[in-house]
Amino acid sequence: MELLLQTLVSGFLKGGLYALIGIGMTLIMGVMGIINLAHGQLMMVSMYITYSLFALFGVDPYVSLAVSVPAIFILGVAIQKFFLNPLMKIDTILPENQVLMTVGIGMALTEIMRFIFTSDYKSIQTSYSKTTLLMGNISFSLPLLIDFFIAVILTGALFYFLKHTDTGRSIRATAQDRDAAILMGVNAERITSITFGLGAGLVAAAGTMLMPVFYLFPDIGGPFTRKAFVICILGGLGSSVGAIFGGITLGLVEAFGATYIGMEFADMIGLIIFFLVLLVLPGGLKRITGM
Amino acid sequence: MLKVEGVDLRYGDMPALWDVSFEVHKGEILVLLGANGAGKSTIIKTLSGILRPSRGSITFNNIRLDTEPAHEVICHGLVHVPEGRRLFPEMTVEENLIMGSMAPEAKKKREETIEWVYSLFPRLRERKNQLANTLSGGEQQMAAVGRGLMGLPKILMLDEPSLGLSPLLARDIFKIIQLVNKRGVTVLLVEQNVKYSLSICDRAYVLENGRIVLSGTGEELARNEHVKEAYLGV
Repeated sequence: MELLLQTLVSGFLKGGLYALIGIGMTLIMGVMGIINLAHGQLMMVSMYITYSLFALFGVDPYVSLAVSVPAIFILGVAIQKFFLNPLMKIDTILPENQVLMTVGIGMALTEIMRFIFTSDYKSIQTSYSKTTLLMGNISFSLPLLIDFFIAVILTGALFYFLKHTDTGRSIRATAQDRDAAILMGVNAERITSITFGLGAGLVAAAGTMLMPVFYLFPDIGGPFTRKAFVICILGGLGSSVGAIFGGITLGLVEAFGATYIGMEFADMIGLIIFFLVLLVLPGGLKRITGM
Repeated sequence: MLKVEGVDLRYGDMPALWDVSFEVHKGEILVLLGANGAGKSTIIKTLSGILRPSRGSITFNNIRLDTEPAHEVICHGLVHVPEGRRLFPEMTVEENLIMGSMAPEAKKKREETIEWVYSLFPRLRERKNQLANTLSGGEQQMAAVGRGLMGLPKILMLDEPSLGLSPLLARDIFKIIQLVNKRGVTVLLVEQNVKYSLSICDRAYVLENGRIVLSGTGEELARNEHVKEAYLGV
């Protein structure tokens, strides 16, 4: 029973971060209609920013959010503006080629980071990295608990932004009907760049917040891109609410897999769920909740 | 007010418009008539900047529109209510209306305009928190016209507003169009409902195979033999 509760708690907390990663990808998916296969790599760059700030200046990872998130936001906007938008303008180029472009960008980011930091594993040891809070016999990892709360706040802020500001409404409108949005006076290209930046900023926040409890090397981007994709499929592509469910689900599944089947199977179980969803429930949780 | 001069347009190699020239005068209801594929919607899409003419010019109050980016056209007061309504399906009615007022001038008067639209369409006020994809066809058309009015149009361009509506609902929509016109909004209407649109318009142009073949007042065209035969079926 205790083990069950403990697994539930750690899976749920990790799920909060996964939700952040998934929402970032699903936002971009919604507006651009393509999957950003450089998503995990953007996260990896953010992790290196956090690592460097810590290693060089001793900046606390949570403080470095103030640097890594805006930096990756700008990187995302630039990628959209200079690498993806030009591809959209030419009719003969299929949208699939934008996806290929994101693969290329992901590879380039990985190799640039390998060039600067080498392939060695890096990690950050903060005073609280291993701190846990006990509630009864259930332990809560302090950094993961903080991560979870920040993820909830960021998600809440994002939903408020999408619902109650003109830019947010324009993002949703562009995702639902791009041509109609242009007729309403929405500069769709600008909105697309902002959206890519936002999605990148969210995954950057997740990356930075993982640093106190995780390790880092250049190839870590790929697995996280896959995770983000699995989360989006679970939740239903393009659905932000679905991405929250998908993120929590993946967090739980991985935790239960690691506890009851074996540490080394955690990633595999996530992928099995992914196949099951595609086979049994194509369209993901969006099919059930309609959101 | 709006001047279209010598516009040619091709879809790839397919010519869609040939040397189209016409004018919209301030305060009138102007109708573009024609069969399916005659080029009516193509003209509206060209006016709103979604399509680009390969020759000719479009000027509105002496401003060249055909070189403006599509999202800037609405800022000049040229508002396009597209065929098939094209509401944002997963946004509420009110959010759809708000989306109609993204141009800077319209944004300033958003609160006022939304009250005006609700007074024109009381049904929309009742449904304001409902998602657009849950509305009936008639309500969707009201929302689409309402969203167009939110942009404070000087010219409101409506593409087939009666499409898919029952005759009764279509008449309601036409009444609203006349009402809006009386409040000083110039209307450019594309319709397949020839009989009704000729009865409410000031002037009309007839398009065939991408060319303007006839023009005149609504009454003149309603009496024209060719129009009678080809479009009114009498």
